[in-house]
Amino acid sequence: MATPAFEDIAATFDFLDDWEDRYRHVIELGRAMPPMDPAFQVPATKVDGCASQVWIMPRIENGRFDFQGDSDALIVRGLIAVLHALYSGLPVEQVAEVDAQAQLARLGLDEHLSAQRSNGVRAMIARIRQLAADAG
Amino acid sequence: MSFDVDAVRADFPILARQVHGRPLIYLDNGASAQKPRCVIEAITRAYEGEYANVHRGLHYLSNLATENYERVRAIIARFLNAPHEDEVIFTSGSTEALNMVSYGWAAPNLQPGDEILLSVLEHHANIVPWHFLRERQGVVLNWVEPEPDGSLPPEKVLAAITPRTRMIAVTHMSNVTGTVVDIAGIRAGTDLPLVVDGSQAAVHMPVDLSKLGADFYCITGHKLYGPSGSGAIWVRRERQAEMRPFLGGGDMIRTVARDAVTYNDGPLRFEAGTPGIVNQIGLGVALEYLMDLGMENIAAHERALRDYARDRLRSLNWLQVQGDAADKGAIFSMTMEGAHAHDISTILDKKGIAVRAGTHCAMPLMAHLGVPASARASFAMYNTQAEVDALIEGLTFCRELFA
Repeated sequence: MATPAFEDIAATFDFLDDWEDRYRHVIELGRAMPPMDPAFQVPATKVDGCASQVWIMPRIENGRFDFQGDSDALIVRGLIAVLHALYSGLPVEQVAEVDAQAQLARLGLDEHLSAQRSNGVRAMIARIRQLAADAG
Repeated sequence: MSFDVDAVRADFPILARQVHGRPLIYLDNGASAQKPRCVIEAITRAYEGEYANVHRGLHYLSNLATENYERVRAIIARFLNAPHEDEVIFTSGSTEALNMVSYGWAAPNLQPGDEILLSVLEHHANIVPWHFLRERQGVVLNWVEPEPDGSLPPEKVLAAITPRTRMIAVTHMSNVTGTVVDIAGIRAGTDLPLVVDGSQAAVHMPVDLSKLGADFYCITGHKLYGPSGSGAIWVRRERQAEMRPFLGGGDMIRTVARDAVTYNDGPLRFEAGTPGIVNQIGLGVALEYLMDLGMENIAAHERALRDYARDRLRSLNWLQVQGDAADKGAIFSMTMEGAHAHDISTILDKKGIAVRAGTHCAMPLMAHLGVPASARASFAMYNTQAEVDALIEGLTFCRELFA
């Protein structure tokens, strides 16, 4: 079991048969995610290795991991929303234990994780794990 | 002579494959082209029965490999209608070629304060080697911008020349807008050394170096349906004589002693080390294949594709195409409100359509256009009108998703 928020997303994806509907839903998740304050979209929060621009900023309170993220590409925003559901609220020391690849595979989106994909999901996960490690 | 696109497609094994369960529609030819069976077989044949190092051994296989390899120099000269075969220098592609010009010709010939005139249309391969000279020896880079429609009139280039301009570096065809640059028109107005990046143009139209007026003209094999790592630069004899060796090593020398070295004559002087022997042999086969089809026929087919795609893309009022010069190749860089180039390419990919998304190794041009990223469909001789239709359908689907 992953976080309740991620389990909700996984349950929705269970109902979606074809790739078009799965992508529609990713796009909806991207649309629904609150935008990141442009003031925080700075080099320090930028994630390199993505074809589109991606920012991730940690928010860690009381030992629990949370982050804000954004991208100028809508599908990538949706993927950030999925990652947010996967990681936010976890105790920082549990972040490294999440098998993101296996969890994203449950959504049928694992193709975004392969090593050289330029969408940068791997780079985002690496950043999230690093931020949690730095905080821990 | 006519052009049978179905017959050409049948020569490219990869075009029969599927991607995400759909027939592959390959529209990323500007990045790299697919390979015909004759090239793939030539590579296998060379390694299976005709391989040894070149220019060295006196044994049978070395002589055979050397003949097969050196024959390609003549093929390239014929393909480009170059005046002399020994003006053709093998390279691993245009990036090596343009670095060779920067390091071998421009660095020793340019003084601090001397200027290089570049077009804003250039690919990074025809920008960064000149930046080296700016950083290292105080050479000044001057830029000439295209017109709003993406065209680059020769008179605009000529008007940007100053008394300190020492050379001009310009593409023959933009990899972003498809703009064809009138090189002969530039030559008609200046005697300055002219470095021309033919990476895109030579794939899509006949090139006649005897008339073009370039001093340096590079081609890259992987875009010409040949192996990656193959290519050449044609350097006019007078300029070759002014060029110092770029890379040092075997094959480019005549004698090496502890305190002295003498160099081979050109073109070998500029080809250090064991070259991409089989890559170049494969390129020779690719160019013969193109000449058999006829570059005029290929150009006519691609013009028809361009016109068809241009009309259909224009009909989509929610789509912006960057660059609409009258003389352009079948390359279309596109943006859509509400959808990032990355979004577009991801969705098209799911439909089996391969396009490129991003800045296309042309950041100064993207900055000039005011577009952070675009999705680029670049056509080749094996593409069809039905594939244009599929692209339009895919873009329309993107519009529905992201609007």
